[in-house]
Amino acid sequence: MTDTELRVSKIQSGTVIDHVSAGEALHVLKLLGIDGTGGTTVSLGMNVPSDRLGRKDVVKVEGRELSDSEAEVLSLIAPEATINIIRDYDVVEKRRVERPEEVGGVLVCPNRECITNAGEPVDPTFAVLDDGLRCEYCGEIVREDITAHLRD
Amino acid sequence: MRHDHLLTAKQLSRADIETVLDRAAAFDDDPEAASERYADTLLALCFFEPSTRTKMSFETAAKRLGGDVVDMGSVESSSVKKGESLADTVRVVEGYADGIVLRHPKQGAAKMASEHVDVPVVNAGDGAGHHPSQTLLDLYTIRERAGLDDISVGIMGDLKYGRTVHSLAHALTNFDVRQHFVSPESLRLPRSVRYDLHEAGAQVREHEDLEAVLPNLDVLYVTRIQRERFPDEDEYEEVAGEYRITPETLDAASDDLAVMHPLPRVDEISGAIDETENATYFEQAHNGVPVRMALLDLLLNDD
Ligand SMILES: [Zn+2]
Repeated sequence: MTDTELRVSKIQSGTVIDHVSAGEALHVLKLLGIDGTGGTTVSLGMNVPSDRLGRKDVVKVEGRELSDSEAEVLSLIAPEATINIIRDYDVVEKRRVERPEEVGGVLVCPNRECITNAGEPVDPTFAVLDDGLRCEYCGEIVREDITAHLRD
Repeated sequence: MRHDHLLTAKQLSRADIETVLDRAAAFDDDPEAASERYADTLLALCFFEPSTRTKMSFETAAKRLGGDVVDMGSVESSSVKKGESLADTVRVVEGYADGIVLRHPKQGAAKMASEHVDVPVVNAGDGAGHHPSQTLLDLYTIRERAGLDDISVGIMGDLKYGRTVHSLAHALTNFDVRQHFVSPESLRLPRSVRYDLHEAGAQVREHEDLEAVLPNLDVLYVTRIQRERFPDEDEYEEVAGEYRITPETLDAASDDLAVMHPLPRVDEISGAIDETENATYFEQAHNGVPVRMALLDLLLNDD
């Protein structure tokens, strides 16, 4: 076990998100809808030294496995992240996040005049650009603070 | 054209545009040519926002092709008022008609509608988004007056909210056109349109004054600056006044300059321009019918 891993407690089952860009850990929690009120046990490491990234954040979530769509959005705020699924203290699955070509169902369009915000049966879908996201309905581009647009 | 729907000008290639314009020219020369072609065809006009001109133009085009229209009527008198979704409305209308022309205040409405029906959907304006059939008639007019390559086009007025501007700018990237955008700082092109123009490698310049660029233009496309966009009347008057075209404004322009406007205009082009060779906006409006005939012909034709 490395020094880095010792800084935050080991979990029994759940998800360890490693190699999160330094400073993005709280955004990852927001993405996962974790604000501390739900009783989920969460451990955070922020600005932890990392060979690969220099500094990184680590997020450990007890009792929760990340869904594919959550992993897709995670890739936008933490492109280097690795996801470790833990069961009974063992890593049963380890994967890198991959940037998808589009993300749907997780974010809302910031454009109030967009049809996806009009109560119609349509899933807001965003094309993934090199430096942001673009609503496939109204064309609005989201570059900064993607987590501000997460669906409640 | 291999498209099922016409949703944005972005989907149109140069070849698509030329196909529509060539066919429109044929209809313009011989309006009777297709008069029986769509005898059993019904086009549904769903206008969730009033636009008498665009609606009449589509209606005329459908009838000139031998077809007919069913009209949803005004939103006030329809089930929409009772809260029916757009998705449900178009699914019902699909059962009546062979194609749907949709005008709607929300951006992306036509795209969403197209995902719920199997008949062709024509976007006739979605909020500040797109208005591709207007763009086709604009291009037709530009082609007639100046050709579509090696020209300079000035686009002036409310570039932020003007959907006709956004669609036209996209479409012009298919041609060898230098685009000059002239507007007050607060009404510049939105970020998403600038992004597309950049991606398309378009030759684009932005200006606050018309003066510097006017002498080089072959086409000046004027749009209305709306009073509602400004917090107070004085500020509006000050800005609008600078973007008003009078005979004096045109002293510095080339004699061949084509002055265009999607209409309706209020006072951004003085009536004194109407009688000059530069005035192109009524011709432009007239071109709406043959161009929409060509567009419907291509979208409704099964073969
Ligand atoms: Zn949108």
